[in-house]
Amino acid sequence: MNAQFWLIQAFNGISYGALLFLVGAGLSLIFGVMRIVNLAHGAYFLLGGYVALSVISVTGSWALSLPVAALAIAVVGILMERLFLRSTGMELYRNATIALGLGVLVALGVAKASPALGGAIAFTGVTLVSAVVIFFLLRQISTVAIETDVLRQVLLTVGFAYLFQQGALDIWGGNNMDINPPSALTQSIVVGGLYLPLYRVFMIAMATVIGIVLWLAMEKTRMGAMVRATVDDAQMARGVGIDTNKISMFIFALGAFLAALGGVIGGAFLGIYPGLDFEMLPLAFAVVIIGGMGSLGGAAIGALAVGLADNFGKALFPEISYFSLYAPMVLILAIKPTGLFGRE
Amino acid sequence: MIKSQYLKVLLVVVALAAIVLIVPRSGSFVMLLATRALAFAILAMSLDILLGFTGLASLGQAAYFGVGAYLTAVLATKFGFGMGWDFWLVVPLGILIGCALAAIFGLFAIRATGVYFLMITLALGQCVWGLAYRWNSMTGGDNGINMSGRPNFGIDLANEVNWFYLVFAFFAVTLLLLYLLVKSPFGLTLQGIRERELRMQILGYNVWLHKYIAFIIAGGFGGLAGVLWTHTNGHVSPETVVITTSVDALLMVVLGGAGTLVGGAIGAAIVFGLREYLSTLVPWWQYVLGAVYVLTILYLPSGLMGIPERLRQSRRAQRKETGEGKKLTAAAS
Repeated sequence: MNAQFWLIQAFNGISYGALLFLVGAGLSLIFGVMRIVNLAHGAYFLLGGYVALSVISVTGSWALSLPVAALAIAVVGILMERLFLRSTGMELYRNATIALGLGVLVALGVAKASPALGGAIAFTGVTLVSAVVIFFLLRQISTVAIETDVLRQVLLTVGFAYLFQQGALDIWGGNNMDINPPSALTQSIVVGGLYLPLYRVFMIAMATVIGIVLWLAMEKTRMGAMVRATVDDAQMARGVGIDTNKISMFIFALGAFLAALGGVIGGAFLGIYPGLDFEMLPLAFAVVIIGGMGSLGGAAIGALAVGLADNFGKALFPEISYFSLYAPMVLILAIKPTGLFGRE
Repeated sequence: MIKSQYLKVLLVVVALAAIVLIVPRSGSFVMLLATRALAFAILAMSLDILLGFTGLASLGQAAYFGVGAYLTAVLATKFGFGMGWDFWLVVPLGILIGCALAAIFGLFAIRATGVYFLMITLALGQCVWGLAYRWNSMTGGDNGINMSGRPNFGIDLANEVNWFYLVFAFFAVTLLLLYLLVKSPFGLTLQGIRERELRMQILGYNVWLHKYIAFIIAGGFGGLAGVLWTHTNGHVSPETVVITTSVDALLMVVLGGAGTLVGGAIGAAIVFGLREYLSTLVPWWQYVLGAVYVLTILYLPSGLMGIPERLRQSRRAQRKETGEGKKLTAAAS
């Protein structure tokens, strides 16, 4: 173990931390603004990677896949937040969405039971008829107000994580796929005798730029000030006329956007495969908890800490490497529940 | 009130009798499914003690399940312990290790409330998962540990029917013990804490200690479920301790009805039915599981067990409305 080992491991840790920053920053902001523990956040990461794969296979452009995937998943995030994570305002659309989804399930079941009804027309017919029936049934039942129930919010996001998982499996299959970045980024550069993969340098640069833009947006703009006010005290923010409803939609979209971006960027060296969503999720939570919920600077430091701890842990004491990652998380939560840099 | 209580107990006893009579006669697939669901139902019921009766939503209940499961597997494969009469020592050991782990974890977790309790139990669960996943020399890492058959002490538990009866017996005893627990003064205090923690504190109850003991008891039953789980599957892997196991257990409790004990068992039966029976029929079964999650959360405030009460309430409300309507028309005429 010489200096070179330490430098390479530190470099790998920092570049992994750059990726974790993208996933963790969004999760942290979502938690800060809405107090929602979003267990579907890993699914955004995975879906981002998959959408990018499709964009690349259609257009051949890796650069294009970054914004397209991130924006597509941001829309998914907005829909999830608007339709399901708030209990008032959108009941009609929510019931319609659920009825349509259940209608498709009924049609799938009918097609399975009698293949004669598996044709496109019969399938659509069964879907629509059962959707209409279910829609009117659902209108008879009042929904539970989940905004005050942390547990129900968590379980709802898990339900969506499962739905996304199955959807991804049906669309993109179960194989491990790789996102190939342009060849210009796959070379290595030599710095002081160390061979550094250019792609990892790019990851660090990308995360740094995004971090700075986010920081400027949060600290220097009116919108950012409103977000910070909502994180500190949502009730008071509403009291002084901030539309926290709009803020949380914006933040949810931003979080999904960043996670999907992470999925595209990380897909190049992690691969994209079923199960990646629930592998990334606890790491993202480690970032959020260590850094402090709702704090961007905290997310950056948390991401670096987790990235380095993960790399050095795996290299130095592989048998307890994950334990050594999550045990500090427990200690921090026990001593200072809002995280190292969280606001009280 | 007392009468309806007896009626409920009678219903549960009839349901248990039906399970024990019907399941052994319905083929090995259904029997294995039922055995797995019963073992997991013990975990769900242990979680209900926390969630339903104490108001603590734990996202890490799989940790106790996991240590019980790994203890059984490690003892059997590394030390050849617990495959004969000594199985009856492994059971209390599994319970003890669950209790011990909960006693350590509880020191960190109990102080936290609400969403922070969720997060810290998630982190604690991940600690155990990390060890299971990475501690290759002890846990076999990603591959896990394969068991070589089930205990045999005169009665051969490798026989699926015998094993079903044994798991069923553990399930029934757990249900009885937990029922006695929640009806005891201790259990009533827990429910007081769930309803109004501050008031219980003012009344002089040691809230922290009550929560801590409930946490340990839940851990112990989690460990028991783990022991049974390993022998049911003949295999244990990090999948046992993964975060989705904890989340599924939570869903089972919420789906069946938190604070009812049997609700967790009903939830376990439904989720296992979906996961293991439906998945043999259709490849898209996970849509159904996701739909069950979403529908439970949005439309079942008190779970399946709460439906009769909700129906009764809405009927009462309707009657009141029409009654008032009549009065109004009478007054108008």
